[in-house]
Amino acid sequence: MTPRAFDEMGGFGEGCRPCYAALKRWLDEAPAELLDQRRKEAELLFRRIGITFAVYGEQAAQERLIPFDIIPRVIAGNEWRKLSHGLEQRVKALNALLKDVYGHREIVRAGVVPEELILCNPYFRPEMAQLRLAGDIYVAIAGIDVVRVDADTFYVLEDNARTPSGVSYMLENREAMIRLFPELFSRQSIAPVDGYPDELLATLHSIAPRRGEESCVVLLTPGPYNSAYYEHSFLADKLGVELVEGRDLFVRDETVFMRTTQGPKRVDVIYSRIDDDFLDPLAFRPDSVLGVPGLMLAYRAGNVSLANAVGTGVADDKAIYSYMPEIVRFYLGEEPILQNVPTWRCREPEALAYVLDHLGDLVVKEVNGSGGYGMLVGPAADAATRRLFAEKLKRRPDNFIAQPTLALSTCPTFVGSGIAPRHVDLRPFVLTGADKVRIVPGGLTRVALVEGSLVVNSSQGGGTKDTWILGE
Amino acid sequence: MTLLSRTADNLFWMARYMERADSVARILDAAYRLSSLPTAYGGLTSEWDSAIATAGCTAAYAAAHEKVTPEAVVHFLAVSPENPSSIRRCLEIARANARAERTALTIEMWEAINDSYLTMQGWVDRGVSLADLPRFLAFAKEAALRFDGSAHRTMLRTDAFWFTCLGLCTERADNTARILDVKYHVLLPDHARVGGGLDYYQWASILRSVSALTSYRWVYRDSVKPWLVADLLILKEDMPRSLAACYRSINGYLDELSTAYGWQGNSQRLARSVHMRLGNTSIETIFQSGLHEFVESFLAQNNELGAAIAEQYLS
Repeated sequence: MTPRAFDEMGGFGEGCRPCYAALKRWLDEAPAELLDQRRKEAELLFRRIGITFAVYGEQAAQERLIPFDIIPRVIAGNEWRKLSHGLEQRVKALNALLKDVYGHREIVRAGVVPEELILCNPYFRPEMAQLRLAGDIYVAIAGIDVVRVDADTFYVLEDNARTPSGVSYMLENREAMIRLFPELFSRQSIAPVDGYPDELLATLHSIAPRRGEESCVVLLTPGPYNSAYYEHSFLADKLGVELVEGRDLFVRDETVFMRTTQGPKRVDVIYSRIDDDFLDPLAFRPDSVLGVPGLMLAYRAGNVSLANAVGTGVADDKAIYSYMPEIVRFYLGEEPILQNVPTWRCREPEALAYVLDHLGDLVVKEVNGSGGYGMLVGPAADAATRRLFAEKLKRRPDNFIAQPTLALSTCPTFVGSGIAPRHVDLRPFVLTGADKVRIVPGGLTRVALVEGSLVVNSSQGGGTKDTWILGE
Repeated sequence: MTLLSRTADNLFWMARYMERADSVARILDAAYRLSSLPTAYGGLTSEWDSAIATAGCTAAYAAAHEKVTPEAVVHFLAVSPENPSSIRRCLEIARANARAERTALTIEMWEAINDSYLTMQGWVDRGVSLADLPRFLAFAKEAALRFDGSAHRTMLRTDAFWFTCLGLCTERADNTARILDVKYHVLLPDHARVGGGLDYYQWASILRSVSALTSYRWVYRDSVKPWLVADLLILKEDMPRSLAACYRSINGYLDELSTAYGWQGNSQRLARSVHMRLGNTSIETIFQSGLHEFVESFLAQNNELGAAIAEQYLS
């Protein structure tokens, strides 16, 4: 059985938590019709933005707007402070790990992480070996998924270290809330998020290979048919940088240029939203038409920076994830501030035995899987499914990890029948430049709109909310 | 200030296709009016032939249809998916170009293009009958007006705007010249002696296909005369669809570009020489040395300019 969930407004039933006091007062006072009317306005607003922006591929996809919930999620200032210290620590460790993985591999020699987890990882890129990056920054933009289980405990669910997306929703949700509920913003101090594009631009400039010159930053997209194209064009617009496709760039003398109406223009930093595999047909997949031939040559010559670096996928793998507490201790000599969800690595015999004994209580995931594929949710599965899965698990134990089913926290959410608690997670964005770490107070809150559901993915009925970090 | 060549290319062609949609709509409008006249006044089915020729689709039409019927021509020029110059395809291609460059467009421009595209999908589903034609053409002309208007009202005056305008003017010059190319014979002087109602409606129809029937009267204060029609369409800079007006604009936009970028090339030189040639001639000279030859050489030069712009900026 899933234990009772912590509600971010009502706690475990002890009444309204202080950070929600102002919002609760407003919700209690506001007539139901007003909320309903604002919800409709929000929908209109987003459909309009959808019409102007979200034009992915064909018609069906074009209609798809991620549902937006008008009741914000509130996090107290002191809670955020602790969370953001934890995030900063975690991303520092991720960057140290990647530097080591593509360097001397001290962590393997020290016996902390098994070598095969690195060398056999599908996202490991031997091309990156012994390459020194500007500021040793591998993961300049990280999206760390966290969940909450009580007033004090945040667990990290996943480290997104390749091309984390969703930040455009953080920005647009806030924009919508300010337009719809200006009165709420005057009642309390809510940390602004609209500095994110500036922070991102400063981060990207900080890792430019040429010092002391005006560096040219571009955002590299797979193109209009990519499902995240809307976010790419939104960000390029806000950053004031060119949104380029592979064919807009070329490499000459190990230097990257873009084709402009004024002739070739040198590019210093590429904010890449293309998977490593497609970046350079000469180095990776030869059939890629999205990439730039010769890009890796320029990259290895140190003439262009990529954010995120090539090969960061090693660090957002679920098997490596389970070692994160040890990784933090190893590189930083500190105790991890943020906890991992307790994880059993089925590659270890004792862990495997435990998992097989407790399949009914656990969630078992494939190490390199994502989007809920190849996963067993023990409590929801019947005996036959569990038996079949046990066989699969015994054949390839190293391919799986297991975690307990968590009671994710809930937040008040506007649903058809009024306001009701729904489960949420949070993806804050951590920017790491050569100069410093920048974390905008906020993030993308995803909410499972179906009652009792723990699945927040937009493909499965999830929605989003604005996330308010209160001033202290 | 940086503009990707791909972006400039997409903007240039987006504007060209919007303009082409408008021009095909006017050609259909002129043919429709002429063909609905009694035969004694020049109402001829051959009007539909010349509509196809003016739209530059003779070969494509022949490949798709055996006979020229009003219904088939309307379908082919309005909604046919096979005809790359049908109004439908023009709007679709313009939108595809616009979608790839969302960040270079203003919200108003995008909405103008996207709305037209969505309305067009409705026409595609219903089809366009002869009875629907006036309403459909009003929609198509309005689409171009909204696009053009939103571009002029909302875009920053930077290179992105100039490339958009260059696309529009290059296409417009091409369309006007093609109308003259197909209809030059009714404007020849020996024709004028024939006189009578038949020719009047032909000349009026040419003016109508460039929306200049009223302008003609304002400019010449005279009855419709063929050499004046040619003068208006070729040499009058006040008339926005004349070749001279298009080249005055093209020169202006190319000069803006060369000033902003600090260098000029083949396209500036070419545009200037075409404009000078138009300024230094008279309609009498053009008729003496051959109207048809003049138009043909103009079309070739206009194509050459398109290629020069592409080579200099868009690749």
